[in-house]
Amino acid sequence: MRIVVDFDLCESNAVCMVIAPDVFEVRDDDFLYVLNEEPGEERRAQMEEAVQRCPKQSISIQD
Amino acid sequence: MRGSITIVGASLAGLRAAETLRRDGFEGAIRLVGDEPHLPYDRPPLSKQLLAGDWDVDRTLLTPPQKLEPLDLDLYLGARATGLDVAARELEVDGVSEPYDGLLIATGARCRILPGTEGMAGVHTLRSLDDSLAIRDALDGGASRLVVVGAGFIGAEVASVAVGRGVAVTMVEALSAPFGRVLGEEMGAVVADVHSAHGVDLRCGVGVAGVSGGPGDLEVELSDGSVVGADLVVVGIGVVPNTDWLEGSGLTLDDGIVCDGTCLAAPHVTAAGDVARWTDPRTGVPLRVEHWDNAVEQGRHAARRLLTTDEEAEAYTPVPWFWSDQYDRKIQLAGHPGPGDEVRVVQGDTAGHRFTAFYGNGGRLTAVLGMNRPRHVMQGKLLLEAGATWDEALEAAAGWG
Repeated sequence: MRIVVDFDLCESNAVCMVIAPDVFEVRDDDFLYVLNEEPGEERRAQMEEAVQRCPKQSISIQD
Repeated sequence: MRGSITIVGASLAGLRAAETLRRDGFEGAIRLVGDEPHLPYDRPPLSKQLLAGDWDVDRTLLTPPQKLEPLDLDLYLGARATGLDVAARELEVDGVSEPYDGLLIATGARCRILPGTEGMAGVHTLRSLDDSLAIRDALDGGASRLVVVGAGFIGAEVASVAVGRGVAVTMVEALSAPFGRVLGEEMGAVVADVHSAHGVDLRCGVGVAGVSGGPGDLEVELSDGSVVGADLVVVGIGVVPNTDWLEGSGLTLDDGIVCDGTCLAAPHVTAAGDVARWTDPRTGVPLRVEHWDNAVEQGRHAARRLLTTDEEAEAYTPVPWFWSDQYDRKIQLAGHPGPGDEVRVVQGDTAGHRFTAFYGNGGRLTAVLGMNRPRHVMQGKLLLEAGATWDEALEAAAGWG
């Protein structure tokens, strides 16, 4: 499972960061950084929550 | 639950509800009824990227066709719900009655019309894709003077896009500050400052007495007697929930569809999004929330409610959250700010238009506002969800840096 962010869509609303702060981080420059692109299968439900909650639908999971 | 579920309203709340039903294993038929001819699309870009000309229409789709197909929805687009009989469990679409086993209503809201301007050429409201394209066409056609009536979300974002396109903008607001009703006077003044800094002629505390003329040659007369010339006028003075079609249905209507704390409006009927009024048991206050995030959350909750028994049903108690993009600023607010709240800037400074502010009342944190501070607003939202006290919130913010 690989986390992919479409940075053309991302608007740094930081919703994903609240769901998984060790995977997604919006820094002081207001940009999103993916800290862990392969969070491990046990995190799938949480990653799917991040995918669904993103206001711009900019996160996807690639298997 | 077995049988079929009908969702009325094919926008954000309705589509996310349909996706939730499938994700939760509902295998029956799902009818999705929408009165617009378009596939479900997202509304925030209508006052931002689409209007600016940065995006084309395809990019506003909520779910691309290849993801929509596996949901196996029966799409009724361009079809209008015209009546409901809750006792008989029948929904009428374009005059034809059909039975349902479960019904989710997400018919949204429509724009309030400025009195005397109904159907007037050159005077626009903005809610739908077609509305946005009409305003974009006017801007593409060389409109150089815009009057925006109402400095709320729509007005402020349209003003921002128009300024970016080199249009001279006058924004008229009846209250003393933009976003005043939502943010209060002090923070509303900061938003006013952002617009003024970008050259908007902001007129607060004045109403509109009348509009005359036509496209390219309009005159907007204000309540203080002044007259502003415009090529086009965009009116953003709020919305009215779409419940007219439910008169006599058996549902309780009062500025929206009245639901219980679980989003249930009647047996086997739930409501979500702009049209739903529910009482959050945590606050005891009935409310209707018109934000994007609530449409998603409530759509999901109302969908699950249809699959749940009364005994197992959970209350809907979200912390509301919204964002608004204006110029290069992202304004976000989480929580329920109230008129008597203390407001304190906890990070950054308002003059620099980059800060975080807390709202508090009775020793509790009530809301968090950020301007270009998305991280802090989301951290603040967690504090609100945890029911943080004012002191706990201040202590947490001290570590935000």
